[in-house]
Amino acid sequence: MTALKDAPIAGARQPLFTGNDWDFDTIKRIHDACERIAGEELGLSWYPNQIEIITAEQMLDAYASIGMPLFYKHWSFGKHFAQHESSYRRGMMGLAYEIVINSNPCISYVMEENTATMQTLVIAHAAFGHNHFFKNNYLFKQWTDADGILDYLDFAKGFITRCEERYGHAAVESVLDAAHALMNQGVHRYPRKKRPDLASEQRRERERAEHGERVYDDLWRTLPQKIAGARPDVAAERRRALLELPQENLLYFLEKAAPRLRPWQREILRIVRLVAQYFYPQRQTKVMNEGCATYCHYRIMNSLSQKGLIGEAAYLEFLTSHTNVVRQPNYDERGYNGHNPYAIGFAMMQDIARIVEQPTDEDRAWFPDIAGTGDAMATLRDIWANYRDESFIAQFLSPKLMREMRLFHVVDDPDEAELRVEAIHDERGYRKMRRSFARQYDVAWLDPDIEVMDVDLEGDRRLIVHHRALNRITLERDDAKRVLQHLADLWGYDAVLKEVDPATDEILAEHHASARSIFF
Amino acid sequence: MHIVDRRLNPGGKSLPNRQRFLRRVKDMAQRAVRESAREKDIKDLGKDGRVSVPLDGVREPRFSRQAGTGLHDHILPGNKTYVEGDRIERPPSGGSGRGSGEGGEGQENSEDAFRFVLTRDEFLELFLEDLELPDLAKRRLSVVETEGLRRAGYTVSGSPANLALTRTLRNSMSRRIALKRPKPDEVAALEARIAETPSSHPDLPDLLLALAALRERTKRIPYVDPIDLRYRRFEPYPRPVAQAVMFCLMDVSGSMTEHMKDLAKRFYILLHIFLTRRYRHVEIVFIRHTDKATEVDEETFFGSRETGGTLVSSALVEMKRVITERYNPDDWNIYAAQASDGDNVSSDGPTATELLRAHILPACQHFAYLEVGDESGPRAGFVEHRTTLWRTYEGLAKSGGAIAMRKVNHRRDIYPVFRELFGRKDANAEAEA
Repeated sequence: MTALKDAPIAGARQPLFTGNDWDFDTIKRIHDACERIAGEELGLSWYPNQIEIITAEQMLDAYASIGMPLFYKHWSFGKHFAQHESSYRRGMMGLAYEIVINSNPCISYVMEENTATMQTLVIAHAAFGHNHFFKNNYLFKQWTDADGILDYLDFAKGFITRCEERYGHAAVESVLDAAHALMNQGVHRYPRKKRPDLASEQRRERERAEHGERVYDDLWRTLPQKIAGARPDVAAERRRALLELPQENLLYFLEKAAPRLRPWQREILRIVRLVAQYFYPQRQTKVMNEGCATYCHYRIMNSLSQKGLIGEAAYLEFLTSHTNVVRQPNYDERGYNGHNPYAIGFAMMQDIARIVEQPTDEDRAWFPDIAGTGDAMATLRDIWANYRDESFIAQFLSPKLMREMRLFHVVDDPDEAELRVEAIHDERGYRKMRRSFARQYDVAWLDPDIEVMDVDLEGDRRLIVHHRALNRITLERDDAKRVLQHLADLWGYDAVLKEVDPATDEILAEHHASARSIFF
Repeated sequence: MHIVDRRLNPGGKSLPNRQRFLRRVKDMAQRAVRESAREKDIKDLGKDGRVSVPLDGVREPRFSRQAGTGLHDHILPGNKTYVEGDRIERPPSGGSGRGSGEGGEGQENSEDAFRFVLTRDEFLELFLEDLELPDLAKRRLSVVETEGLRRAGYTVSGSPANLALTRTLRNSMSRRIALKRPKPDEVAALEARIAETPSSHPDLPDLLLALAALRERTKRIPYVDPIDLRYRRFEPYPRPVAQAVMFCLMDVSGSMTEHMKDLAKRFYILLHIFLTRRYRHVEIVFIRHTDKATEVDEETFFGSRETGGTLVSSALVEMKRVITERYNPDDWNIYAAQASDGDNVSSDGPTATELLRAHILPACQHFAYLEVGDESGPRAGFVEHRTTLWRTYEGLAKSGGAIAMRKVNHRRDIYPVFRELFGRKDANAEAEA
């Protein structure tokens, strides 16, 4: 589709660069060339780009503060820095070529050591691929505020520094420790119910009364009443409703309801919770995000090469690192460490493009909506905007790809002596396997399902937390005890964690913790 | 699109995080550092600051699911032979390979120590904490070193980064007031009045003229003139530097074994590290003696063997000579450490005592005597064998001489002895309180 458009200019173009060296003009030329392709050929839309050149040490800095350009201070980041640094210095770990931040303007950090080809690759990958995804995917739109994140982090950093000055390092540190322990349980998975305001409450009340008057019939009075004892416990219901229980966002619950926290401690919980919420979409879209970025860089690099904007040496260098990135070792190979999100993502994007443009009969049967519609980019853009990993795989993993990857499904049931092969890449297995595979990318399925169930307000104010142990998988004991201790400390009174098998309501394990007086 | 070059930004952005981390693991790291000093050659102290601390203090617990409980699903790539319904033998637990999709995480958690690298400075900081040099009062002012810059008023020229904005605008304002630069309000008011005035009004030409004059004046008198500019001025300032000299005295007669020399050497190196941490200028004088003493360089001092008797006072005479020649006690902080196996000609005792009491000790900040012994320790059977030199110095110490004495038999004792000698007195008092 691009052949005609390219023909007049292709011959006239000089390569963007030769050799490995680059300067800022080169980066600018590379960016502009990529921008043209991303806009005209791929139809992407993106936040304005800001490309920042950093050194290896700065990259390590960025690693330590989970990639954000500014972040509050905490010892755990120092620990991660030391960890990364020592493995980097011993040569056990390579650094990423880039880090990209979901903000507006979209900041891409690129390493100074990258060759010109690698800079082209990372600009195509991060500044256009990831950038497009951040701007258009519904999860990011719904849960993150790209315009405000840097300002918010600046506020958070300043706030925590001021707290340290006023209340001391140790006090702030212990709140942060506790909040970090609960960070994964600090996200809202669904948009919350809006709090009703007074006017709408009154209107509802009025409507209810009018309805009651309309359907009033004296006959109802004569019906025998239920026995009072059988009614549900109204007080408990009301208490739970007031505390918005059950509540799976533990940090939110503590921030709003923990009785003894001081305002600044609540604010710190809120900061940690909002940061967790900001990263939540990234956890849910790892495969898609990387798949999108990898597919974009692949298309852009190929297009650059076709136009003669990058030389053959550069193209070969690109192919080398591209194939490294999308390599998926088999389960029995050395270096197998689970599925490589780049590999699956890229393979699926290419597969979808194939289905749209050259479908087989099988594809038509499996994907009637997109097979043969002809415009691969339009379909992909729609997918990038409206899916997350779990729904994406559940919907678009094709039988052909399952055969190519030779996927198989093994069940590890502790009641059986051996592992069982549940499904393989055949006619009977496709759907079953795709469903289980998608589930492995469902964050809600992966994270332990933990909810605050109730508070013993009349008794000892004990906090009752349940873990719904899916498939009877219980929590790691030591860690669970430690986190529960943090939870109790924040709550200010005892806390109990019950691990419940949702199928039978059987209690598999129970942990207790009493609050230490470290916050009050 | 913007390109920002961050490479020149000051590094060490995560330094505060590191300090917080070190503060958290301080006790454990200190123990690890001192432990490693015991094993390592003191020469390499802090060179490779790898320490490991128990993971307990730096654990970041999260709720996580335990592998090995309940039912797990694994989707794996690269099937070769399996078909639906096949049974596979359970791989040994903890092993990698099939059926361990979450193996990576588990292995990380199972480590029970956290390993990281300290810089040399951090290492020595932990290593030498709580130690203190007695009597640091003397400072020599004649040898100075420039020690950075400090603010020193304002200047009319400088680099844009140093522009003093407030000062510049203050100048600009006073100049504008002095030269009667029309205010924007005045101009605006006049413009408004002209706009209101009908074109036939007789005042109009005057008003227009006045406006033109105001505008002209505004243009002539700039808002900020180069004459207003002020820059923050920095000037280098000298800072007096305390300086120290360290005298190493050692008996190298035949009775000193290699083991004893090694002990002495370790002690000297510790002392040297410690002094260089506290003083910018540290000089070392090596004096070795048998029955006569010479000043030598480091290599000869530790390396060569001599034969002959032992006459301690000869070393003290030599030290006194060097002090009078080169190190005026008014200018220098003088430290001396003497190592010996304790042999001395018994007739030398009074001479040595007198030299120390009259000349050496008054000049010294600190005089330490280290008696090195055999690895096997004091021989069994003897209650406590006191050497000639020990008795000599003991008498001196009892009569009020400022001399610190310790005995060392094994290299593992060096560091504790060193800490005893230089331990911060008030820190100990606090700890006891």
